[in-house]
Amino acid sequence: MAKTGSSRKTPAKVAAGDENFALRSLQDAHDANPRFAASDEQLLKFYEQMLLIRRFEEKAGQLYGLGLIGGFCHLYIGQEAVAVGLQSALDGGKDSVITGYRDHGHMLAYGIDPKVIMAELTGRGAGISRGKGGSMHMFSTDHKFYGGHGIVGAQVPLGAGLAFAHQYREDGGLCMAYFGDGAANQGQVYEAFNMAALWNLPVIFVVENNGYAMGTAVQRGSAETHFHRRGTAFRIPGISVNGMDVLEVRAAAEVAVAHVRAGKGPVLMELHTYRYRGHSMSDPAKYRSREEVQEMREKHDPIDAAKAELLKRGVAEDRLKEIEKQIRSQVNEAADFAENSPEPEMSELYTDVLVESY
Amino acid sequence: MAIELKMPALSPTMEEGTLAKWLVKEGDEVKSGDILAEIETDKATMEFEAVDEGVIGKILVPEGSEGVKVGTVIAVIGEDGAATTPAPAAAPVAAPAPIAVPAPAPVDRPIAAPRASDPAIPAGTNMRQSTVREALRDAMAEEMRRDSRVFVMGEEVAQYQGAYKVTQGLLEEFGPKRVIDTPITEYGFAGIGAGAAMGGLRPIVEFMTFNFAMQAIDHVINSAAKTNYMSGGQMRCPVVFRGPNGAASRVGAQHSQNYGPWYANVPGLIVIAPYDAADAKGLLKAAIRSEDPVVFLENELVYGRSFDLPELDDHVLPIGKARIMREGKDVTIVSYSIGVGLALEAAEQLAGEGIDAEVLDLRTLRPLDREAVLISLAKTNRLVVAEEGWPQCSIASEIMAICMEDGFDHLDAPVLRVCDEDVPLPYAANLEKAALIDAGRIAAAVRKVCYR
Repeated sequence: MAKTGSSRKTPAKVAAGDENFALRSLQDAHDANPRFAASDEQLLKFYEQMLLIRRFEEKAGQLYGLGLIGGFCHLYIGQEAVAVGLQSALDGGKDSVITGYRDHGHMLAYGIDPKVIMAELTGRGAGISRGKGGSMHMFSTDHKFYGGHGIVGAQVPLGAGLAFAHQYREDGGLCMAYFGDGAANQGQVYEAFNMAALWNLPVIFVVENNGYAMGTAVQRGSAETHFHRRGTAFRIPGISVNGMDVLEVRAAAEVAVAHVRAGKGPVLMELHTYRYRGHSMSDPAKYRSREEVQEMREKHDPIDAAKAELLKRGVAEDRLKEIEKQIRSQVNEAADFAENSPEPEMSELYTDVLVESY
Repeated sequence: MAIELKMPALSPTMEEGTLAKWLVKEGDEVKSGDILAEIETDKATMEFEAVDEGVIGKILVPEGSEGVKVGTVIAVIGEDGAATTPAPAAAPVAAPAPIAVPAPAPVDRPIAAPRASDPAIPAGTNMRQSTVREALRDAMAEEMRRDSRVFVMGEEVAQYQGAYKVTQGLLEEFGPKRVIDTPITEYGFAGIGAGAAMGGLRPIVEFMTFNFAMQAIDHVINSAAKTNYMSGGQMRCPVVFRGPNGAASRVGAQHSQNYGPWYANVPGLIVIAPYDAADAKGLLKAAIRSEDPVVFLENELVYGRSFDLPELDDHVLPIGKARIMREGKDVTIVSYSIGVGLALEAAEQLAGEGIDAEVLDLRTLRPLDREAVLISLAKTNRLVVAEEGWPQCSIASEIMAICMEDGFDHLDAPVLRVCDEDVPLPYAANLEKAALIDAGRIAAAVRKVCYR
């Protein structure tokens, strides 16, 4: 934390006439160059990752329907471009990621083995949390993926804390902390914004605005629905991004990452996205029309769009078919593994409560 | 190959439902995401989507069917338009038993290894007088010198030198990178502290008082205490939350609560509540070194008291171990934190009456040293718990339960508890005095269990 002492703003510096306070500079940079110039191979990779999330989540929904997955299960279908586009811009070796309970997609976007994720969903000993976390509580410290948190908004100060650790250790890493438009109304989010800005923490706050906080449409729950503006009171610059286009997401991520890596403090990104399924598996989704969902699916789907673009670029259809086939088999393999792995040993009931013995 | 579509479970509790409407018919081509049917559960009407591609072969359960069990095959899909062989026509499909979890074989709790005793203090060790406040400060300073990952954050801990001067001098020695003033934002900085611990640091988070930590209790419990378990042991959270706890003096109900029982209820936390300077220092050092999240409860009224403190290079005490503060043979008084001083005072009074009381300081509230309680009870056969806090669902209740469960045969009298009155703490001096535990009340309870 090279600058901790000196970078803390004194009241004098915050006074009027602060030319360095460039609230819209990142939005301007993004608007000037809104789409990432991906090579065919890069776009193929994004397509593959998004499709893996889609197929994985569909399979999870199916296993839930069969009673193999219990409790709450929040699917990421529709939002794939967000995690894939953003995390592709991170340095997996040093950056950390944290999110809420809708976490399967973020883990898959980080290359975590679908088998151990699915096995966690079915509550098996081979699951990534040994079956003791479930859908909402999954972690991979190896991948610097810090959860998987079930309390709405709690991951935001925790993410600021991870960023604090990056700064303290001077390891050059940053933290990407995801939360939803619903969590954006929690008070602790703004407590974290304040300290992140005050201490210049290397953190990218990401609001995944999918339009609904459970069943409450954003305009029914939020006085300011432009979430990227909500950092203004803390002098955190915001970017509003089309979250249904993986290349726009990636381009915006680069702007945000460059800002944070340059030691300029936190950024707030708002990703406009949409979830096709209910809030959780038991959501009848009566708060929106079928037409609205169909409109998003048919006209704005991030995976269909990536596929169309690949075909337009001349990538052979056979190659895409091959990818689809391979993903189906990978997901089926994960499901088989998750269904056939044994439940945790009963002795696991008492392990991991504490690290040490006293 | 035909794919069976089964009646889905659409909520954590659904066992059967009504197949209200089919939105596809036999021969329709479907792809993943298409809505196939509407299903009514006891709570709502849900849409049932296709996951696989293919052609609807046979619909086995007609729309309008009620009480369709979860898992029943309701239709079959043939892949890629291949002719489907319907499953042998709808003989009522035996639904798999809905998620009947067999009763697990009972598992014995692992038996904890015998607890370590306090390390012997070498003969000739110089004892010096130290206040609890200085002992706590010295513990933090020593650990910060020893481990660069340790830092302290909280309201007024740096420039102000601590609201109760516990962090006095730390800013000067360690600088603003490691001694960090926070805004007044308990929920936020408790979360940042927990996150920093998950990220590999060793935060000491000071609450100006634990009364304010109620704003932050979500992170103490949901983030710090549960994460190691929920992550299957991957993610540790070695953070220390510390600050004064319990009643101070004339500050009224909102600043005067003892949270010991609240935190001691939570598996995954270590809860320490020391009384004297040597324990405060030795246990705070152990807390900072622990891989587990620790709630360290101090007491404002004890900060300024002076006690003997051994002058050792590295005075670290075992967590989870009670301490006999005064040996006695007639009755045991169990207490912790400020209650220990009152128990010792009561024991002195009682000695003049010919009652020889043993005083046991729990020091750690979780894990609780059951063994020490039971050993002392086996020796004296009578027990009183003294606690500066409310009686219901208290540490006192817990000690009484332990005596009933595992010490019943040793009891010569019912266990009694002496706690604060069961009211929010009043401001008026006379009412406050009446509400709080004191040595006289402890002595009276002891006489009662001794039938004197």
